Amino acid sequence: MAIYAYLVAGYLILAGSYGIVRSRHLVHAIVCLSVAQAGTYVLLLAVGYQRGGASAPVFGSTTKPNKDVVDPVVQAMTLTDIVVSATVTALLLALAIQINRRHGTVDPDELAALKG
Amino acid sequence: MTALVAVALTVVALAGTAVVLSDEPQRQAVTLSIFGTTLVVLFVVLQAPDVALSELGVGTAVVPLMVMLSIRTMRKDRAQHDEHDGEQDGQ
Amino acid sequence: MSRLARLLVFAFGGGVMAVAFVLAVLDLPHFGTHEHLYRDLAVPAAVQHGTANVVSAVNFDQRAVDTFGEESILIASVVGAAALLRPSSEETEQRVPDLGRTLEGTRLIGYVLLPVTLVLGVDLVLHGGTTPGGGFQGGVILATGIHLLYVAGSYPALDRLRPVTMFEIADSVGAAAFAVIGLIGLASTGAFLGDFLPYGDFGQILSTGTVQVLSGVVGVEVVGGMVVLLSSFFEQEITVRAEDS
Repeated sequence: MAIYAYLVAGYLILAGSYGIVRSRHLVHAIVCLSVAQAGTYVLLLAVGYQRGGASAPVFGSTTKPNKDVVDPVVQAMTLTDIVVSATVTALLLALAIQINRRHGTVDPDELAALKG
Repeated sequence: MTALVAVALTVVALAGTAVVLSDEPQRQAVTLSIFGTTLVVLFVVLQAPDVALSELGVGTAVVPLMVMLSIRTMRKDRAQHDEHDGEQDGQ
Repeated sequence: MSRLARLLVFAFGGGVMAVAFVLAVLDLPHFGTHEHLYRDLAVPAAVQHGTANVVSAVNFDQRAVDTFGEESILIASVVGAAALLRPSSEETEQRVPDLGRTLEGTRLIGYVLLPVTLVLGVDLVLHGGTTPGGGFQGGVILATGIHLLYVAGSYPALDRLRPVTMFEIADSVGAAAFAVIGLIGLASTGAFLGDFLPYGDFGQILSTGTVQVLSGVVGVEVVGGMVVLLSSFFEQEITVRAEDS
């Protein structure tokens, strides 16, 4: 259990990459990329977690400021990451639409320009 | 609490696998949305309400919607393309 | 490269990464550790600046420069996607007549949830410094909420509620305002994005100095950006292209 959360994060990154490698459709590849990105969210939050009833880093009238909270720094990074990744995904999808329009295919294997 | 975290993590891993293994991009829009929901649950369990809110909007709604619209646009473009080719062949 | 060769390369690279990753996390502090050095610094700093939501304090105060960078990525991606999806000269703005049918129940839910979501989004943006929420989350929820009208089956109504030009302006004004607030901070405190506003009572909406202001402008930018993006995708989907042959 001590490293299970980290392993799930690593698994998501690798699973997403595997999906990109075997992809036959650019949209499929883009979606797999966002799965791999989700692995980074899990990793960041796992690093900041504190067990034993630590609360969220938001104080109010009921929770007076104390230091027994989960790490807010990684949460801040993750939340901006999520919003920015959505716009980057949108950029990639727009590229895929244009590729489909110009080349009539979105299979990476059929796109000569992507051949290695 | 720890058990809850473990369950949430396992569900996220399974949902992620499902997204990667769905070969049809249309179906992926749905599995991606489910994957986003499991992430929201995980983030709440990990005491990150801010992150969960962010993922709720992006992961379950915006990105799957854009994926769905892109696929429909591509299918429409392809149909028009084929139709166009057919006309040329007929001439 | 053939598919098999590609998979073999990935198997090698992925295997190496998996081993390295496991070795690395074995050395990390265990999951759920009580030692969080950044937390110990960030929490007092946020409380000192009267910000109850420490995550917002990190985003808009302690690491505001980083958020400025993120925000620039956001606007750059939005501009890029909108440019790629703009109707080219050979396309005509012809609308497909809406043939889809929407269930009455779906329509009702769409219309009922629309104001609820919009209020929730505004609330999230405005209380970013004191409760969970902030410009990023509230902005995304607002942009999604506006598109509930599409679920309700009324694209023309969505078009009226959502003059895209206005949101394009909102996107850039939000981004510019962030920089301007940063420069005011530079002029008055000597540091870019320095907090130049007074702090009020802890937990009050106006207690958080520039955090709340920056959260607001980011909210405006995110709403603008997301609406522009979604509307570009919608335009693609419903516009018929006239072939240029």
